[in-house]
Amino acid sequence: MNNSTSARRAITQKIGFGVITLVAALTALLILLLLGYILVQGLPAINWEFITAFPRDGMRAGGILPAIVGTFYLTLGTAIVAVPLGLGAAIYLSEYASDNRWTRLIRLAIVNLSGIPSVVYGLFGLGLFVLFLHFGTSILAGSLTLSIMTLPVIISTAEEALRAIPQSFRVVSISLGATRWQTIRRIILPQALPGILTGIILGLERAAGETAPILFTVAAFFLPRLPHSPLDATMALPYHLFVISTQVPGMPVKIQYGTALVLLAFVLSMNLTATVIRSRARARRQW
Amino acid sequence: MDKIIVDHLFISYSDGTESLRDITLKVPAHAITVLFGPAGGGKSTFLRVLNRLNDLADVTLVSGKVLIDGINILDPKIDVNALRRQVGMVFARPVVLPMSIRGNLTYGLEIAGERRPAVLHEAVERSLRLAALWEEVQDRLDEPAIALSGGQQQRLCLARSLALQPEIILLDEPTSGLDPISTGKVEATLQELKKDYTIILVPHSVQQAARVSDYAGFFLQGELVEWAPGKAIFTKPTDKRTEDYVEGRFG
Amino acid sequence: MDTRTNLSEFFINRLIKASGYSAIIFVIMIFYFLLNEGAATLSEVKLSTLFSTRWYPIEGYFGILPLISGSIVVTVGAILVAAPIGLSTAIFMSEIAPRWVREILKPLVEILGGIPSVVLGFMGILLLSPLLRQALNLPTGLTALAGSILLGAIALPTIVSVSEDALDSVPRSYRDAALALGATQWQTIWRVTLPAARSGVLTAVMLGIGRAIGETMAVMMVTGNAPVMAKGLGALFQPARTMTATIAAEMGEVANASTHYHVLFFIGIILFLISLGINVTASAVLFRQRKRSERILS
Repeated sequence: MNNSTSARRAITQKIGFGVITLVAALTALLILLLLGYILVQGLPAINWEFITAFPRDGMRAGGILPAIVGTFYLTLGTAIVAVPLGLGAAIYLSEYASDNRWTRLIRLAIVNLSGIPSVVYGLFGLGLFVLFLHFGTSILAGSLTLSIMTLPVIISTAEEALRAIPQSFRVVSISLGATRWQTIRRIILPQALPGILTGIILGLERAAGETAPILFTVAAFFLPRLPHSPLDATMALPYHLFVISTQVPGMPVKIQYGTALVLLAFVLSMNLTATVIRSRARARRQW
Repeated sequence: MDKIIVDHLFISYSDGTESLRDITLKVPAHAITVLFGPAGGGKSTFLRVLNRLNDLADVTLVSGKVLIDGINILDPKIDVNALRRQVGMVFARPVVLPMSIRGNLTYGLEIAGERRPAVLHEAVERSLRLAALWEEVQDRLDEPAIALSGGQQQRLCLARSLALQPEIILLDEPTSGLDPISTGKVEATLQELKKDYTIILVPHSVQQAARVSDYAGFFLQGELVEWAPGKAIFTKPTDKRTEDYVEGRFG
Repeated sequence: MDTRTNLSEFFINRLIKASGYSAIIFVIMIFYFLLNEGAATLSEVKLSTLFSTRWYPIEGYFGILPLISGSIVVTVGAILVAAPIGLSTAIFMSEIAPRWVREILKPLVEILGGIPSVVLGFMGILLLSPLLRQALNLPTGLTALAGSILLGAIALPTIVSVSEDALDSVPRSYRDAALALGATQWQTIWRVTLPAARSGVLTAVMLGIGRAIGETMAVMMVTGNAPVMAKGLGALFQPARTMTATIAAEMGEVANASTHYHVLFFIGIILFLISLGINVTASAVLFRQRKRSERILS
């Protein structure tokens, strides 16, 4: 190879690497700027009143307490349904199911559930829970809708966590006279717990931030009281942000950013918790 | 006195290929029986018939009986979990459960429903002494078992089986990953244990087989080619195939 | 072991099995409910009307083509943004970046993936649209372009992580072989690593498309919500309406069991089928790739 070819190749590489690095750097920068901007603009709005008071003056003043409480209830409700169901399904797929047509069908179903647009979940929730089962616009309807939406995430991360446990543990446990469930309960589940927990938290994080599924199933524009039963409708942070940024004229920008910041903080703190659990578990593995 | 009687056992894989063909043998109690032969001969499959561990894999029984103390263990009606407590197994690679040393040892008893602390503690000490491990770990029973060396882990696995007070102990190439000193310790322990237990061992070398066997069987491609007491099979084998293998002409 | 334990274990095993099969039940339920309400459309609205280009429900015009066109325009724009950027970022993280940079960039992209779309839509209204209006001298910033940019940001994390996984799983020996033959790192990436990761990258883009088509809030907030058919490239700089935004915006004001109500469910069916198609195809591609690599490596 002569010198000019290799020189040309070197330049191509330099340019190529440069462009790619630039793109990646810009991406990172934009993400940071986005987060930073919301932080800077929203922080002035955050004070004790903002978090603990009800909105006043058509939402233009006061706090966002009912939205915070509503999101909390919805997340809790989603967890109550999606966690046992999702964990059970993951255990089934990892520990019980053999590779036959039915199992493939289950996996296909899970792939489908994970691809359904969130607004279609909203339609489904409206049709089944709100109308057909007469739950009305309620925390119950919203939680059930969000649960089904969250199921695929929980199932796939939990299954992955379970499968990561070495097969030799199961064989040894059985050889000592344990049943399959005893093996799962005493060895597999405890060891897979951090991974499972991470998946649950990531799933719930998504449920907390979604607006479309709760639009028709639970969200209320303004309620003067906090919900006190699962059959009550409620306000919620994502919906609240949507409403105040699109439907309310003369809405102070500061409050909008403040609401966005609270929602972001709620969601990202879950993200952070999941990451911490994941890295600590990796360090303490016993195999 | 025969502990285990195997009567014309045929085992095959789920796709139909044969795994074990017409195995008939008698395993005497309180002795070390060695099953040796080249890889793929069916030795591991045979061991796993004895504690029904094959149920986990895609292996099916075609015909035959395996009697332990006169009871056919292949009968679907027997309590498989109780059988596995009665027939302990040590695997080729030491697999310690992700818990403390004490936890590993009490696991089998707790599974069986034993809760009394006195009983559990007695089992821990007894089994560790039997496996010649008590002196080394008595001060750190609550540490993770994974912290032990390879040789210690394998002896822990042996102790773990012993804690259940089995009558039969199966060992599938138990020293294949160990250094010569640890191997020697394990072999010495087995010699002690055989006074009270029935031991079946798949060795990882013909030399090991010759060292420890009271009875020996040569497995080749799913068949039991030859079976003899003592060490005669290694010095004067009757079948040509056995002789070829022992002489190292194949393997 | 006593029979009591056996009994409770029997029930637990049943419960676990039921949980496993619940996924199938849910998919069937969802499809059934969509079908239940949406199929009525076919009897209430003539097909020619349904597939016309005018969407004006108040006067009975239920042409869904502009909505489909809106979804397509915005999605295509989103992929044009997200695919090159996402792939570049994935290549950077997998082939070029030193370890510590990767450790920072990866969580950052994950954080982007965690940002709720309503937050991005909100930023779009306050920052992006005015910016576009001024920079491109448009009558309004609420355009398909704004939607595409936001959707690109939303689809980006999916594309990056799936592509990065695909690039990572290309065996080291491929790269080593190319380098040993005298190729530069750059040439290796383009001629060896990327082609080897081809189906994984394709899957990444497909999943990104799926994510983009299904997105609701961000597009609803910034695309201007005018259901017009796309006519050429200029459509990007005009307002548009996606299928998802239509459902979200109009479901609240619709009378139960009216024709409008049924048509919205019908649109939901279309969305369901589209996402089904994309996800099944993506899984099939991944599955076939895994089979192929199993054969190669065995």
